Amino acid sequence: MARKVTTKRRITVTVIAWIIALLIFFPILWTFLTSFKTEGEAVATPPHFFFFHWTLENYLEVSERSDYVLYFFNSVVISVGSTIIGLIIAIPAAWAMAFVPGKRTKDVLMWMLSTKMLPPVGVLIPIYLIFKNTGLMDTRTGLVIVMTLINLPIIVWMLYTYFKEIPGEILEACRMDGATLKEEVLYILTPMAVPGIASTLLLNVILAWNEAFWTLNLTAANAAPLTAFIASYSSPEGLFYAKLSAASMMAIAPILILGWFSQKQLVRGLTFGAVK
Amino acid sequence: MTVRFRALMGACAVGMFATGAATGAMAETTITVATVNNGDMIRMQGLTSEFEKAHPDIKVKWVTMEENVLRQKVTTDVATHAGNYDVMTIGNYEVPIWAKQGWLLPLNFPDSYDTKDILPAIRGALTLKDKLYAAPFYGESSMTMYRTDLMKKAGLEMPEKPTWAFIAKAAKAMTDKSAGVYGICLRGKAGWGENMAILTAMSNSFGARWFNEKWQPQFDSAAWKDTMSSYLDLMKNYGPPGASSNGFNENLALFQQGKCGIWIDATVAASFVTDPKNSKVAKDVGFAMAPHKDGVSKDANWLWSWNLAIPAGTKKEKAAETFIEWATSKKYTELVASKDGWANVPPGTRTSLYKNPEYAKIPFAKMTLKSIDAADATHPTVDPVPYTGVQFVAIPEFQGIGTAVGQQFSAALAGSETGEQALQNAQSLTTREMTKAGYIK
Repeated sequence: MARKVTTKRRITVTVIAWIIALLIFFPILWTFLTSFKTEGEAVATPPHFFFFHWTLENYLEVSERSDYVLYFFNSVVISVGSTIIGLIIAIPAAWAMAFVPGKRTKDVLMWMLSTKMLPPVGVLIPIYLIFKNTGLMDTRTGLVIVMTLINLPIIVWMLYTYFKEIPGEILEACRMDGATLKEEVLYILTPMAVPGIASTLLLNVILAWNEAFWTLNLTAANAAPLTAFIASYSSPEGLFYAKLSAASMMAIAPILILGWFSQKQLVRGLTFGAVK
Repeated sequence: MTVRFRALMGACAVGMFATGAATGAMAETTITVATVNNGDMIRMQGLTSEFEKAHPDIKVKWVTMEENVLRQKVTTDVATHAGNYDVMTIGNYEVPIWAKQGWLLPLNFPDSYDTKDILPAIRGALTLKDKLYAAPFYGESSMTMYRTDLMKKAGLEMPEKPTWAFIAKAAKAMTDKSAGVYGICLRGKAGWGENMAILTAMSNSFGARWFNEKWQPQFDSAAWKDTMSSYLDLMKNYGPPGASSNGFNENLALFQQGKCGIWIDATVAASFVTDPKNSKVAKDVGFAMAPHKDGVSKDANWLWSWNLAIPAGTKKEKAAETFIEWATSKKYTELVASKDGWANVPPGTRTSLYKNPEYAKIPFAKMTLKSIDAADATHPTVDPVPYTGVQFVAIPEFQGIGTAVGQQFSAALAGSETGEQALQNAQSLTTREMTKAGYIK
């Protein structure tokens, strides 16, 4: 018998949920507010919440000083490019693992995931030297390759989970109707898994957009994305918190908007298979 | 015929012009400059067009980074000869180490550059075997910044060369915790360039040293114990709460908000704390030399400079050298002065700047020069040492060791261990690392 939900309980849960949500959201709100303050107000004690002299000065200065469009373009190319290439590789791989599993499929999946357990700095020097010797240093192509490789295990794992939910009988039926392997994956499996693929795509675009270790270490002036743009406003000797906040807002705004409009798919994708 | 001839000549002229333009375009060199995000460097970025106007064949691309990111990136770049950058902004800690490794190209400026005009203390730190390996863009030392109004209220007068005993007395008199005013602010955040900068400089002024001539660590000496107990007494009694996480920026914010009576830190802070736009106490700031212990000849002055150098991996050496010559020249300081005023000229690099009557009007100019002159990177301590560097030890291992020791000292300030324990731990970890690195046989 279902438990009766009282009004008091509902209010309590709602209040707690709001508090948690505000706590999580607070750093972004604070960054947003700081970006409209002067440098003096940004470090004022006690801090000023809403009643301060609002200014766009920081945004203007940041736009004037940095080539935002170039950083933005690089971020788009790297995150979207690596996700698309990752999907092209991962869809057949996940199909094979979900529908034609071998004896070692689980081990292979675990091995793929284990590559994420190595701290990236452990392979920085070898990858740096490979990039240097192959001319990939400070190129968008190089970063797309690295991002693809980094996010591939997650893409494969997510797609594998979605594909496992699709009844194998449907694929069998299409095979009996004479579909080739290519047709089976392209015209039957992929359309059925579109929600799953969409959420995988979104999540990986976000992960690649926010990745800061490789994008900072393998770029200089040409391929640096928005993570490098933010880092250029951080300083241990000088108070530039307001400008840093403005740069941060400009860097996260596109992905925040994308996340806002696709939140339904994201939540669905992240909770897929959680309740059975 | 005439018309044809004219047409032919015209075509030739257009062709020649086009070829010339193409040759000109081909001859254009683009250099990439890696730099830190500080006020002086940002100002230089803004003036790049002036350089490009004077040198139309050279274009400049900037890569600005946070100090620690910059250090990591340029070290990897220079060590692997990757050649991503043609000009690097590096500190005087890196210059002698990298020059010795052959990672930097020596600079050969014409006589008009006037290399001898560079302040001797700074020039000495950038020279190896009589060759200049980096040109200073801005230099700094440490000094005492204090609130003149609070000092007056306390009935005290800051001497030009204060002792640590006087600093303690003044800090006590200025402290009013109920009003949120703390007598002294010093760095407490762990890091070789954070708390270890002030603590190493402070230890020099107590007669301590990092190593003896056989590279044996000296944290078990009486002078280090004296340094540590003085630092902890000052900070625990008269310092702000949570000081173990305060670095330059946090203390700057506190001082600008009127929460600190005395702040001993980089001379570059002087322009920030006297800027009425951001500092509430801009009109009430006085300057003195960094303190020393009574009877000890060394002050707690450090010596730091941000310098422009050419990595050995570059293929655009000539253009890079032209840019450095421009950016560190006397003409550049005049350019900044004409655009933004003398107070915004990068300080601490050239003798001629301090002889300039206009610059002498800046309230902190004299004290900055005195502080830089008082620091001696080749003889930083009372007792002889096998290393150079004032607030650091110029060996490659120092970044790791300095930060590890800094963590111990920061923990002592936070109260999670005693000063004595911190010194013991510093002694054992430094001995271990120096033995591993082969300095101690």
